[in-house]
Amino acid sequence: MGSHAAGGSQAPPTATAGGGETQRTHVAFIFYPSIGIVVFAFDKFINSHGLLMLLFHTNRYPYVTGTSVIALKYKDGVIMACDTGASYGSTLRYKSVERIKAVGKHSLIGASGEFSDFQEILRYLDELTLSDHMWDDGNSLGPKEIHSYLTRVMYNRRNKFDPLWNSLVLGGVKKGPKGDEKYLGMVNMIGTHFEENHVATGFGNHLAIPILRAEWREDMSFEEAVKLVEKCLLVLLYRDRSSINKFQIAKITTEGSTIYPPYSLKTYWGFSHFENPAQGAVGSW
Amino acid sequence: MFRNQYDTDVTTWSPQGRLFQVEYAMEAVKQGSACVGLRSSTHAVLAAANKPASELSSYQRKVFRVAEHAGVALAGLTADGRVLSRFLRNECINHSFVYEAPLPISRLALRLADKAQLRTLPKYALVCVKNFRLRELLIPVCTQRSWKRPYGVGLLVAGLDETGAHLYYNCPSGNYFEYQAFAIGSRSQAAKTFLERRFEGYNDYTPEQLIKDALSAIKETLQGEKLTSANCTVAIVGRKDDGTIEPFQMIDATRIQEIIDSMEAAEEAPPVEPSSMQEEERTSDAAPMDI
Repeated sequence: MGSHAAGGSQAPPTATAGGGETQRTHVAFIFYPSIGIVVFAFDKFINSHGLLMLLFHTNRYPYVTGTSVIALKYKDGVIMACDTGASYGSTLRYKSVERIKAVGKHSLIGASGEFSDFQEILRYLDELTLSDHMWDDGNSLGPKEIHSYLTRVMYNRRNKFDPLWNSLVLGGVKKGPKGDEKYLGMVNMIGTHFEENHVATGFGNHLAIPILRAEWREDMSFEEAVKLVEKCLLVLLYRDRSSINKFQIAKITTEGSTIYPPYSLKTYWGFSHFENPAQGAVGSW
Repeated sequence: MFRNQYDTDVTTWSPQGRLFQVEYAMEAVKQGSACVGLRSSTHAVLAAANKPASELSSYQRKVFRVAEHAGVALAGLTADGRVLSRFLRNECINHSFVYEAPLPISRLALRLADKAQLRTLPKYALVCVKNFRLRELLIPVCTQRSWKRPYGVGLLVAGLDETGAHLYYNCPSGNYFEYQAFAIGSRSQAAKTFLERRFEGYNDYTPEQLIKDALSAIKETLQGEKLTSANCTVAIVGRKDDGTIEPFQMIDATRIQEIIDSMEAAEEAPPVEPSSMQEEERTSDAAPMDI
């Protein structure tokens, strides 16, 4: 940053004058003349990330959020479930939003987190699957490819300090050279991704995963899978204050995807712990 | 002095509606030593005749691995071919970075054809990777830039994707065609004649049979010169019976020599095999060449 040491009165540095930060300052001069001068004076103290955040205002928080998504592989494919609520901060503001959508012919996506970011992601995926379809050459993006793509997008945005505030679940089935291949994976807002036989996001990661670990089997029928999913959803409904009693279940098999209409589960609030939650928890509220 | 007043640059049409520069580039392909490609439904084979530039030199490589699932053989200006095969490798790597899956061959061939015509496609690739978004860009066409020239190389692109094995021929003009079997380069007509007689059975051929026919086709282009493992290169890619990929690889010279020897032995023996082969062809209900 030798060119800066001489002081702010100097002409903007050229692209060849220094390292990455110099170039960023240069960019600031072009696009943000007023901020640029300030940044120019202070950029010795601000790293390039701070600079980026100053220039593009990217440290955001989620506004409208959806809660957990649960998904698991079963005998014929993948089943996915979530509730249809969306919170504005901690207010349960929307009661029927769909957080599970089909992607292309072979995949389902479920999202928790910022709802508008999910809608943006759906737009990306629409664009992607449309152009893929338009090749019309017999090749198509399977769940693995979509998941990989999303992983790149999420990690890319996180590195711009402008993450898409979601945990995404991607499930699907596609015919491969070795027969039907089931796929289930997850990616979160910082780009961490993995494949699993059963996944759950948000609160579900804490409350549903232990149940799934204990009870999941590879050869579950659809009915068994629905039962297991409903058990998880019910636990979440009791314990997660941002969940609501209106659920949507979706499945994907080689025949394609089905997203079932929303329905409610039967609840029982008469447990003594529910009636007197403070009992046995001395010192809390 | 000038024999043709319409061929000085690639932007000038002749009154007959021809672009001579493009046609000359197509001619360059015919000057290079021959390459053949053929495929079954699961495997694709590329073969090339290796011609040293002089007695004292070695030959230029003509077959290139692009990715695990694809490769090219080229005839014409090898230097242009190297540029294009590097481009193809880049495209494949970019695709597998984003999707963790191999780039389908038809899309690879189209990118290559676009490159031949547009010459500025790297811009497209950059945008694609940078924002992870697919964007169509309006790119200046090569044939509208008088200082540019067409690539002087023809490529046989062979590879495997989820729809099976494929073989494409990409011209300098930016056209590309899919083939069951094809030959390019000098004296390739002899190889094409050979392949045309036999292509209808190719869909059901074993890898071994494909290699044999590739060698026979290359032999046709040598015009009497003896075919040995030293003056040809053969490469194969395909899908094994268990569904796993058999990666694109050059076949070992010793194995090629073994195959050549066995073919010569079969030729010297009384011609029982060829006639039974003919029989097999007639009874097979393979689909004709799909383009």
